[in-house]
Amino acid sequence: MICENWIRFILIQNRAGKTRLAKWYMQFDDDEKQKLIEEVHAVVTVRDAKHTNFVEVFICGLTCYTLFPLQFRNFKIIYRRYAGLYFCICVDVTDNNLAYLEAIHNFVEVLNEYFHNVCELDLVFNFYKVYTVVDEMFLAGEIRETSQTKVLKQLLMLQSLE
Amino acid sequence: MTGTEVQLANQIGRSGLEAGHVGRKRWRELSARSVTSSVRVQRPTEKSRTRANMPAVSKGDGMRGLAVFISDIRNCKSKEAEIKRINKELANIRSKFKGDKALDGYSKKKYVCKLLFIFLLGHDIDFGHMEAVNLLSSNKYTEKQIGYLFISVLVNSNSELIRLINNAIKNDLSSRNPTFMCLALHCIANVGSREMAEAFAGEIPRILVAGDTMDSVKQSAALCLLRLYKTSPDLVLMGEWTSRVVHLLNDQHMGVVTAAISLITCLSQKNPDEFKTCVSLAVSRLSRIVSSASTDLQDYTYYFVPAPWLSCKLLRLLQCYPPPEDGAVKGRLVECLETILNKAQEPPKSKKVQHSNAKNAILFEAISLIIHYDSEPNLLVRACNQLGQFLQHRETNLRYLALESMCTLASSEFSHEAVKTHIETVINALKTERDVSVRQRAADLLYAMCDRSNAKQIVAEMLSYLETADYSIREEMVLKVAILAEKYAVDYSWYVDTILNLIRIAGDYVSEEVWYRVIQIVINRDDVQGYAAKTVFEALQAPACHENMVKVGGYILGEFGNLIAGDPRSSPLVQFNLLHSKFHLCSVPTRALLLSAYIKFINLFPETKSTIQEVLRSDSQIRNSDVELQQRAVEYLKLSSIASTDVLATVLEEMPPFPERESSILAKLKKKKGPGAVSVNELEEGKREGGELNGGGERGDNSAISTPSPSADLLGLRTGPPVTAAAPSAGSLLVDVFSEAGPFFILFILLFVCKNNGVLFENQLLQIGIKSEYRQNLGRMYLFYGNKTSVQFITFTTTVTLEPLIEGGAQVQQVINIECLTDFSDAPLLNIKFRYGGALQNLTLKLPVTINKFFQPTEMASHDFFQRWKQLSLPQQEAQKIFKANHAMDTEVLKAKLLGLGMALLENVDPNPENFVCAGVIQTKAQQVGSLLRLEPNAQAQMYRLTVRSSKDTVSKRLCELLAEQF
Repeated sequence: MICENWIRFILIQNRAGKTRLAKWYMQFDDDEKQKLIEEVHAVVTVRDAKHTNFVEVFICGLTCYTLFPLQFRNFKIIYRRYAGLYFCICVDVTDNNLAYLEAIHNFVEVLNEYFHNVCELDLVFNFYKVYTVVDEMFLAGEIRETSQTKVLKQLLMLQSLE
Repeated sequence: MTGTEVQLANQIGRSGLEAGHVGRKRWRELSARSVTSSVRVQRPTEKSRTRANMPAVSKGDGMRGLAVFISDIRNCKSKEAEIKRINKELANIRSKFKGDKALDGYSKKKYVCKLLFIFLLGHDIDFGHMEAVNLLSSNKYTEKQIGYLFISVLVNSNSELIRLINNAIKNDLSSRNPTFMCLALHCIANVGSREMAEAFAGEIPRILVAGDTMDSVKQSAALCLLRLYKTSPDLVLMGEWTSRVVHLLNDQHMGVVTAAISLITCLSQKNPDEFKTCVSLAVSRLSRIVSSASTDLQDYTYYFVPAPWLSCKLLRLLQCYPPPEDGAVKGRLVECLETILNKAQEPPKSKKVQHSNAKNAILFEAISLIIHYDSEPNLLVRACNQLGQFLQHRETNLRYLALESMCTLASSEFSHEAVKTHIETVINALKTERDVSVRQRAADLLYAMCDRSNAKQIVAEMLSYLETADYSIREEMVLKVAILAEKYAVDYSWYVDTILNLIRIAGDYVSEEVWYRVIQIVINRDDVQGYAAKTVFEALQAPACHENMVKVGGYILGEFGNLIAGDPRSSPLVQFNLLHSKFHLCSVPTRALLLSAYIKFINLFPETKSTIQEVLRSDSQIRNSDVELQQRAVEYLKLSSIASTDVLATVLEEMPPFPERESSILAKLKKKKGPGAVSVNELEEGKREGGELNGGGERGDNSAISTPSPSADLLGLRTGPPVTAAAPSAGSLLVDVFSEAGPFFILFILLFVCKNNGVLFENQLLQIGIKSEYRQNLGRMYLFYGNKTSVQFITFTTTVTLEPLIEGGAQVQQVINIECLTDFSDAPLLNIKFRYGGALQNLTLKLPVTINKFFQPTEMASHDFFQRWKQLSLPQQEAQKIFKANHAMDTEVLKAKLLGLGMALLENVDPNPENFVCAGVIQTKAQQVGSLLRLEPNAQAQMYRLTVRSSKDTVSKRLCELLAEQF
């Protein structure tokens, strides 16, 4: 079902498994979130450059969606590694791999521009701003805005507000 | 943490992080380390100097106290120090919030933000919510933002909050300040509760289509509405707005189109007729993008690719509909698709992987649409050729995606032949790819492209791959080989060879269905029986052969050994000796099957009678501690001694042909009540065994094994669904597979003994997921029924058949409340009926409710444990099983399983550290049943001994049965 294609969560983790951002677009309870975070870390960190950037995972969770009550199924993690950080997006298995792979990169380029050569510490100290960046680019599990220029303009405008 | 370590650079050697726009600093493709150093050189700024501790806060927006706090936490050397620091901070914040002095907005924001940080570190936050709500009504953006963020992140844990914030959201929505409106909309989109839908579902469509709404607000409103629609479709009524929403596809602002199209796609999926005007709009929008030059779209060009994400979304929207009926629209669309295919052949405008990824994202989406239409032979073949090129691409991602996409192309009549031309490349991928998921796709594709013309080659390749295949995909491979071998068998000797090879190479992964099936086919086809007997006889010559091979061998020689008895090398006695040489290595069920083969030998070859009678008469048979074996030995001996040749020949007649296509489970159910002829039960004998009841050679007969009585109801013999009504489809897996499009997988309730969540059932129509929780003698189970088709299920009803011992009351949302009244063995049955396309579907499943779910773990010291162990010393209080390991004997896995069982896993109790001991109390309404467990793994022999003692004999027995299946 095409309509089932939306991002279930976005995770940024470092190699040690510390979460730098977790954005959930599907309802999980806290234990499930923790389990997912660990699972994603386990499957992603063992892969190298000869592997694809996609891993299928099996997730069971509750959602608050009446339209899609069933969430026991296969999903895939589309991830990209930048130095010590893994950027992971979880989508339905039928979704477009490369589109999300580049959505990650687009997001990273925005972060890089916004934080002027972003590093992991920027994400730690400015965690509340990272959420704003995410909400500008992804909303309700969908891609909201893809233009880096537009996103950055908006972010700078917000930055100037008191 | 140093700057080197944390610098966000790019993935080494894969993709350069390069801003594609003019005027931006261009980064070279460098390793992580060198990027860092180059950055150091380029930016010896304040920021990188202070980074070791904390980044300097840029003026105006920073919260100094927050940065200091984060820094402190990062400097904590231990978890204890961190907790101490956090508690200090919490106390400080609490006193500030409680203090007499009213806090200014800035402080409130800072403290709420600190609380949020503490929460994100994984600590519970039980105050500060009111302060966060207060921030919402601030007229400063930064304060409002922190308030909304706190609520969006914490709302799961405190849904009371939602009621408090609706008013603030309402104010912001009507503020006409686009920034505030977006904050409010994002909050709704992030939380998306039903209360919010009730409050705002009417307002948001208006904001979305109003002429004076800012573009960024429209984007947020569209996705916010989508979220509410997913949560509460009944509350989001598009009605009068439909046409204006569809026309957002024409909006000037590409960002608005990008956001709106997600909403439109979802809505048109649910109401295709009302939204069908979107097709022509989408086609013309797509056409404009596809035909634009790489720089036309400015902000929306990504690495020289115009609007890649929007293009993908447009192509995906079109996949909700059949091909356009309007010739002009269709022509334009075909043109677009051709252009996309053409572009794939053009030289790249950039060497960056971002460029090719963006371009190929569109290409793959276009190919999906071409496959979805399945009506343009020309496009299908072109798509196939394009994917064929990707099969040899140096990017693993592309090879993977090409294999995946080709799999669907293989099922189209137009492109099937074109796909087949790539067979050699795909076989090569199966052999050489490093990533197992790519090999998996290659195997899938081989399966999909298989037909009569290439079946022999593909099956041979899959078989040879099986010898080295990853454990994770072996079972599926075995099933696929078995299916292909039967489906495309031109001569049955090839089929028999293939299946016997399968057993030889991957015996452990050959499920019952597969070897039952080969026997059914041999029995039903006269022309292959002699060949089968000869081949299996040869296979049994191997010094070590899989037990499944012995089963097939015993069965086939017992029926058709006479066909090869003419050859002195396979004379009756040679055959018998060969079979009997395997006897002692086999499990009880296989031995039982062999005994039946022996009695059949007496009928086939009278000259073996005395030898076989001798064997039957020996103490190890006639006094076997296993009741089933003993009974067979006694009965067969008697039968062979007193029955006349004629009677013997009648009783032991050759098996009649199996009814074609009948589910083996159904056949079994029928035969259960049949006459007591020896032969009819043989296939069932095989069914009984699960490999768990291991005779363990000579010493295995020491009564340690509690084999269920053979005279008991066949259905009761195994706890798992394979022999219960639970799986009419499980048992007939192989058979059903032939009549349906592809294999499906069944997960049994045994998988749920040590865990509470997962998929209970899945076929092509329906998936049932389970989530359950237990406390004391009460349980609650959530069942999720998923319709996998695009057609409605009508009159969907479920009934839980109440077992006398478990009460269940199904509620509306498929929540079942369970109360354990007393101990039990049989799981409650769930009956599901519904109409699918006019046909009544009926399904009975066992609910995975097992006695161990009601365990309360009990911690106890070594001394106590052994004292209680001794107290439970009555013979019937103990149940013991010795069984073969079915899975790797990994300590951590074992521990996890035992914990999942619900008992307390006791450390340092058993003097042997390899052993596991557990204790727990089963809570039922009638009584509490204390239970102790000891599991002794023997890694060398790959065996376990499991001992359970509990105050109630039935509980010990049941736990032992359940657990023996788990390891």
